[in-house]
Amino acid sequence: MFINFFLELRQAKLPVSLREYLTLLEAMRLNLAEFSVDDFYYLSRSALVKDERNLDKFDRVFGQHFKGLEAVVDAGVEIPEEWLRKLAEKLLTPEELKQIEALGGLDKLMEELQKRLAEQKGRHQGGSKWIGTAGTSPFGAYGSNPEGVRIGQDRNRNNRAVKVWDKREFRNLDDTVEIGTRNIKVALRRLRRFAREGAAEELDLDDTIRSTARNAGWLDIKLVPERHNAAKVLLLMDIGGSMEGHVRTCEELFSAARAEFKHLEFFYFHNCPYEALWRDAWRRHVEKTPTLQVMHTYDSGYKLIFVGDASMSPYELVQPGGSVEHWNEEAGEAWLRRLTATYPKSVWLNPVPERYWEGTPSIQLVRELMEGRMFPLTLDGLDRAMRRLTR
Amino acid sequence: MGRFEGTESYIATEDLRVAVNAAIALERPLLVKGEPGTGKTILAHEIAKALGKDIITWHIKSTTKAQQGLYEYDAVARLRDSQLGDPKVEDIRNYIRRGKLWESFTADAAPVLLIDEIDKADIEFPNDLLLELDRMEFYVYETRETVVARHRPIVIITSNNEKELPDAFLRRCFFHYIRFPDRDTMTRIVDVHYPEIQKTLVREALNVFYELRDVPGLKKKPSTSELLDWLKLLMVEDIPADALRTHDPGKLIPPLHGALLKSEQDVHLFERLAFLNRRERG
Repeated sequence: MFINFFLELRQAKLPVSLREYLTLLEAMRLNLAEFSVDDFYYLSRSALVKDERNLDKFDRVFGQHFKGLEAVVDAGVEIPEEWLRKLAEKLLTPEELKQIEALGGLDKLMEELQKRLAEQKGRHQGGSKWIGTAGTSPFGAYGSNPEGVRIGQDRNRNNRAVKVWDKREFRNLDDTVEIGTRNIKVALRRLRRFAREGAAEELDLDDTIRSTARNAGWLDIKLVPERHNAAKVLLLMDIGGSMEGHVRTCEELFSAARAEFKHLEFFYFHNCPYEALWRDAWRRHVEKTPTLQVMHTYDSGYKLIFVGDASMSPYELVQPGGSVEHWNEEAGEAWLRRLTATYPKSVWLNPVPERYWEGTPSIQLVRELMEGRMFPLTLDGLDRAMRRLTR
Repeated sequence: MGRFEGTESYIATEDLRVAVNAAIALERPLLVKGEPGTGKTILAHEIAKALGKDIITWHIKSTTKAQQGLYEYDAVARLRDSQLGDPKVEDIRNYIRRGKLWESFTADAAPVLLIDEIDKADIEFPNDLLLELDRMEFYVYETRETVVARHRPIVIITSNNEKELPDAFLRRCFFHYIRFPDRDTMTRIVDVHYPEIQKTLVREALNVFYELRDVPGLKKKPSTSELLDWLKLLMVEDIPADALRTHDPGKLIPPLHGALLKSEQDVHLFERLAFLNRRERG
């Protein structure tokens, strides 16, 4: 019955499954929506959407599908907030208001909007045609066209004039790009490996039974330490130079990792790890730790995570003496191989978006050296990296 | 079965009502998310109240395991009793402790089962409950019996989003995100809780409250439950409505702000912003 709607949802990258669709049909059969569009909207939303981040996508698809509107813009494209930022409220004369009223009903406006979106390329303010803020054009926010289509404005003038789903109340929840520490922690939790170490406080049932039996039936209670996360992580972070632009993401990752892992060792390097690493980025020319010493101190049970953009001159990787900072006896490549050989579980997290990787030869090189275990530093990439590490 | 329409003490928005009733009718668990303090846990209690059912609450902690909701076998007690020669030892059933799920399965009338803060538990926790919540039955290995729900309980699950829940689990649930109430809904909520409160006080308090929520960079935005606490305090202390409107430079911060802003940094931040704001205006 709603198969096209379902397919459109899937096309808009909403993770809806057949099972959820069948649930919706079952609900419709039980007359739960009671012939009201609003109820149907609520019902289908609660049956099909399982994550508040997807609510906005759902609203958009629902609006398009059930209004019979063609897609105004690609489902993935947002009208930039920036265009609509409130800069000034322009006051109009009564005659101007009349002019605008003459333009036509909502459908007419939507048609117009489609056309103009196709034409418009930049931000716009004032004026009477383009989409932007404070203008007299029917489209945009904070303007005074009485029939205007409001984009990115908090409230609709009259509550019922525009449908619930078109209010797009969940828009600010749709932040798939944003990466906060909490989410990083959730991703890092995949690495958890429980082990029992320390003081024995929990009852070990199996051992108690075994030793009690051996004790000819007299109770012999055995205790074990409580289990906790024993994953060991060695974090090597690129710092300085081209990494400046990624400082925030790296900081977030770092703080999340610090909170999550009890055994976290971290060192910095510049562009590519060579024979020495350092603990304190400020004192890197004074306090160095030889890479060999690091490899000897932390056993191969550690999981090695590189964080770096891997964007450098290829010489820094393949040529002895290629480093931008000092004379290196051995090529960066050799050190990378040595590190990945010592730590079989290793990944490289790259803050550069995945789609730009092809364009940088050094990224390609590092990726090859890591045998493809390079992941973008986004939630999804982090998740994939952690899965890879636990494999 | 009755429909849920909200209660005297709980304002349910239209979308929430639809979600709850759909979950009840289709006998699926309802997963409720939302900002802390928007009434996720209360919802289950109110559903139970509205439909005249018992409520069974299972609070989840980081150490909770799925098995604990079904049953636990107390082997140590049995060992001890065997040593003391207690005749109870003969029957293993004496040492099976029923969990919340079992309790709700065997209740005389279908109860409301609240699984509170499911995201607190381990990542795998929801997966371990898939079959049990789907079929509403489980197997007890010790006694070799299958426990089947006599009546399918109404299952309400709350989550604070600390962990993402597995897809397989989500597919089996209805989902509702409690949006932060807008002004009108909030006024109705306040009305329901404090019917005798002055309208002007509510209006002024809501002004302050929504202004506060709009302050950028707050660590913890005040929510419904905090607003209700604050209003109660205002009433108890008998603070007049215009005290909230004052632009007296000495009182930048609303009276009794401790109920709204829970962290020292937030209070400082707010003070600073209020100060700047006033300087601009003045």
